[in-house]
Amino acid sequence: MNDIMVDKTTDLASAPQTSTLRQPSTLRQPRLPAWAPIGLVALSILLGCGIGVAAGLDSKIQWGLISAVLLVAITFALTAQVEGRRQAKDRLATSLVWICFLLAIVPLASLMYGTIDRGSKVLDGAFLSHSMNGVLTTQPGGGIYHAIIGTLEQVGIATLIAAPIGLLTAVYLVEYGRGKLAKAVTFFVDVMTGIPSIVAGLFILSLWIIILDFDYSGFAGAMALAILMMPVVVRSTEEMLKLVPNELREASLALGVPKWRTILKVVLPTAIGGITTGVMLAIARIAGETAPIVLLVFGEKVINNNPFEGAQSSLPFYIYEQWSLGNEASYDRAWAAALVLIAFVMILNLVARGIARWKAPKTGR
Amino acid sequence: MAKRIDVSGLTAYYGSHKAIEDISMTVEPRSATAFIGPSGCGKSTFLRTLNRMHEVTPGGRVEGKVMLDNENLYGSGVDPVSVRRTIGMVFQRPNPFPTMSIFDNVAAGLRLNGSYRKSELNDIVEKSLKGANLWNEVKDRLNKPGSGLSGGQQQRLCIARAIAVEPQVLLMDEPCSALDPISTLAIEDLIGELKERFTIVIVTHNMQQAARVSDHTAFFNLAAVGQPGRLIEIDETERIFSNPSVQATEDYISGRFG
Ligand SMILES: Nc1ncnc2c1ncn2[C@@H]1O[C@H](COP(=O)(O)OP(=O)(O)OP(=O)(O)O)[C@@H](O)[C@H]1O
Ligand SMILES: [Mg+2]
Repeated sequence: MNDIMVDKTTDLASAPQTSTLRQPSTLRQPRLPAWAPIGLVALSILLGCGIGVAAGLDSKIQWGLISAVLLVAITFALTAQVEGRRQAKDRLATSLVWICFLLAIVPLASLMYGTIDRGSKVLDGAFLSHSMNGVLTTQPGGGIYHAIIGTLEQVGIATLIAAPIGLLTAVYLVEYGRGKLAKAVTFFVDVMTGIPSIVAGLFILSLWIIILDFDYSGFAGAMALAILMMPVVVRSTEEMLKLVPNELREASLALGVPKWRTILKVVLPTAIGGITTGVMLAIARIAGETAPIVLLVFGEKVINNNPFEGAQSSLPFYIYEQWSLGNEASYDRAWAAALVLIAFVMILNLVARGIARWKAPKTGR
Repeated sequence: MAKRIDVSGLTAYYGSHKAIEDISMTVEPRSATAFIGPSGCGKSTFLRTLNRMHEVTPGGRVEGKVMLDNENLYGSGVDPVSVRRTIGMVFQRPNPFPTMSIFDNVAAGLRLNGSYRKSELNDIVEKSLKGANLWNEVKDRLNKPGSGLSGGQQQRLCIARAIAVEPQVLLMDEPCSALDPISTLAIEDLIGELKERFTIVIVTHNMQQAARVSDHTAFFNLAAVGQPGRLIEIDETERIFSNPSVQATEDYISGRFG
């Protein structure tokens, strides 16, 4: 009795083993090892450089392109041999995506590198805290304090004008807008998105300075910047408000909360992270505008703290001004100012991300 | 507190589409009334006309009368906001406010409608959460976000939020459709308790649930796809489930339908 039982169990245990040995699994296929992609990249770069040297090609860009083409071709051929056609297509797509990513990164990285390399030469505390007052344009020295003040004030005023108007417009479009008026507003916002900055500058120039006879000032520039900023704020806020689920509005209305309080207390808080990000990105966009500043703020070498009276400078204007002077010292100053401007925009972006993360509706326990 | 609802000749449209036609019924105070009927027959639409939420939908339009005791909800000069404060609503999918904590969610209706003293709010929130059978599960984490609760807990949070403003009628649109049997049971028990204070209307696809919780049952149906939904009959739940006066009701309840 016992013997039979033992016999049976050994039989059962050995049965599946033998069957796996005999028939190959249909789920498992030959795979390239995990290090294959990296190895292939290294191989194609080596080959690309080798061909580049052998053919006497000067441009490193050509080397890179040859490597890229080789990578795609080798990966596809090898995978098709070892793993089959479907995986080969998969790897083909993967390598193409990576190459496009690198192509997009290269200009950005070289721009960052160039700006940091050339801009850090004269960038120091004195550069940040002095104006160009009394500095000979051909001599080293001077700084961008007046330009920073100008940019901060002009962008700040533009934001104070454009953000509330843009926000309210978006609230109108999403929460109230029906019919013709809403369509017209949407249309004009679209048109405004396409306005070139020089046109916005000319508009304020003719209205504010020529017709109404005001003087050049930071405020005039800020108004032109506000025109450029407004459609961006409207668009991004609109998208964010549309993301707020209708159920939340209904839940609030069903509690007997009036519509305006629902918007203020439920809809806007839910979307506030995204809205802030949108406003920050719009600020980043106008911080680099030069044309309206050239037309309306006129540029100035000395510190002018009052945005409502007299000419001011700004970072993009300063870069333009220094570059057009055309000597070594002014080139250095232009690059340093460019570095400061990029850093300013980058910090705004990081702050925007921080706020978006901090304010995002919380999930989890 | 609880009030009677008298509906007469009510027709509701979405734009030019007539969703429900000529509905007349009475909802008794201090009792639970269940709405049953096939999908698309207009139960949700009808429910939403009872607290003027229907007109929130773009194109939503209502004809007819809804009397709350002696006042017509659709009379001239009636403020939909105060109607919704009197007639609360719980939705099919739990929808707590994601930016608010559990406490703030329950306090939302009160806070968004005016100022309350902190101590007063504390009492009301505790009372409402206890009323919704949720207090014991959340009392230690009132300041955590409401979206961190389980689906069933979220739904009870929404019920607590709705009863915190002390409505006289509570409308519930399939409140258990996304819930497990235990949460469903908790909510059914809750309805049993709530109907002693409020007038309850509940939409459900679950016949047993209708039979368990309601005193009256209304059966809705539509003649054909694209036709407006109509009220077929309303009667005591026992009668509807044992011996309905219309053949279609019996067919629907016994599962012999389409
Ligand atoms: N927002 C809307 N816009 C246009 N038509 C709608 C809208 N909501 C519902 N309807 C239509 O109104 C009719 C009734 O819909 P309703 O949601 O009231 O049905 P229901 O009985 O609640 O169905 P279910 O049991 O599936 O929830 C349907 O024909 C539906 O297509
Ligand atoms: Mg429904």
